[in-house]
Amino acid sequence: MRVHLSVLKLRMNIGMQYRTAALAGVATQFFWGFITIMVFEAFYEHASTTPPISLKELITYIWLQQAFLVFITMWFRDNELFDLITSGNIAYELCRPCELYGFWYAKLLAQRLSSAFLRCFPILIISFFLPKPYNMTMPPSFLAFLLFLCALILGLLLLVSISMFLYISVFVTLSPMGSLLVFSVLGEFFAGLIIPVPLMPEWLQIAANVLPFRWTADFPFRVYSGHISQHDAIIGIIIQLIYLLGLIWLGRAALNKVLRKVVVQGG
Amino acid sequence: MGIYFKYLWIHFKSQMEYRTSFWLLSMGQFFIPFTVFAGLYFLFEQFGQIRGWKFFEVALCFGIIHMAFALSECFARGFDAFSSLVRNGEFDRLLVRPRTTFIQVLGSKFEFTRFGRLLQSAVVLVWALTNLDIEWSVVKAVTLLLMMVSGIFIFTGIYILAATLCFWTIEGLEVVNIFTDGGREMAQYPLNIYQKWVTRFFTFVIPFGTVNYLPLFYILGKNSGNEIYYMLIPLAGSLFILPCLLVWQFGVKHYRSTGS
Repeated sequence: MRVHLSVLKLRMNIGMQYRTAALAGVATQFFWGFITIMVFEAFYEHASTTPPISLKELITYIWLQQAFLVFITMWFRDNELFDLITSGNIAYELCRPCELYGFWYAKLLAQRLSSAFLRCFPILIISFFLPKPYNMTMPPSFLAFLLFLCALILGLLLLVSISMFLYISVFVTLSPMGSLLVFSVLGEFFAGLIIPVPLMPEWLQIAANVLPFRWTADFPFRVYSGHISQHDAIIGIIIQLIYLLGLIWLGRAALNKVLRKVVVQGG
Repeated sequence: MGIYFKYLWIHFKSQMEYRTSFWLLSMGQFFIPFTVFAGLYFLFEQFGQIRGWKFFEVALCFGIIHMAFALSECFARGFDAFSSLVRNGEFDRLLVRPRTTFIQVLGSKFEFTRFGRLLQSAVVLVWALTNLDIEWSVVKAVTLLLMMVSGIFIFTGIYILAATLCFWTIEGLEVVNIFTDGGREMAQYPLNIYQKWVTRFFTFVIPFGTVNYLPLFYILGKNSGNEIYYMLIPLAGSLFILPCLLVWQFGVKHYRSTGS
């Protein structure tokens, strides 16, 4: 565990170097957030039936999505790891006296955390002070906020465990493009990045509930906005835990299996 | 112009060498906007309309903008990927050749895999057109075509501006994505659903309004007026590329090699 913590710390420090890049990212995300909100505002204006999620909840949801974008997106990836696998430098990694799964997990976690640290605060702070319909709101209660934090952290851990499969698949396919595409198209859609999960038709919501992607980001954001009640939130957190343990167990088994077959051709 | 087609042909042949990879990437390009369109469809299923616009009307808009985007990404990719030319000093080589830099940069890269995206948006466009009742006339057909051409010019203009910035910043800038990817996402809905300041900015500064809004009214028969005038609006939008080219010339004059 101590090894993993120091890997985490080291990678965090590296990630924090890219401040200008993060600033540019923040500007892009603000624009994106505004455009998305305006589209929904226009849709809501003449809605004939009451939509399943109120506009206020939705706006909070969108700002959270923008602030924690790196907790959702699959394309936020470590090309270094892909290169390691395809070029055969994986041999060095295998020499290290710690298990590869935990080592990579800590590395990937640190990248997402450092990027989120740089981006989320400016977005969250400014979005609280925006003029009326566009501003972000406080969570309904302190307990809801605590549940949100808990769900957000579990969601991040869950996302990293999903993204581990991306790297494992490269051992088999040797090119990350295919799996990256499938993961990002499906993952981002079912995580509610394109349209929020409550606005999907019934049958898609069922699919989203079964897949793990929704539990990474959609669930914590709706806990924050109060769209998911506290009672349901606790059940949701338990589901997150089950998914997390299951996926880590599966990922570790899969990684060990591909590692046993890995062939490193000199060079 | 002959040299441009030569570039085009060489790049096409070289990308065709990796045929499986080409097809797979094209398929990927097909599916990325597919989920965006699915999202649009589901929103209309939920709400029925957006500020008076119906699903197929917005789908028409979506099809045109995404087709224009795919084509400009395919053919103006050289400007999009320009920062690498500046960074590794390749641009010096272009300057000593007896051709304009514009043609050479334009011909430095093509992304034929964008045909997947083009196909997807073309399907959306055809689907929208068959479901809309439009009284067709020659003028309307020309307007539709000009809308797309104008879209291509505008996206290319933005790429050129972004590339020009690289002369000073060396690195490519992520902020530019606001106007390319962001512009595409925004322009897939008719412009008047947004707040006034967004509409104004994207009509008078970056003229997406001349692609997806004013002529769209005319094609859908939502207003009356001089037909020729509406047909010419997209052409006015295409003029956006002229100042971009001027800025490009200015940038080339101020180019300092990185020396590497």
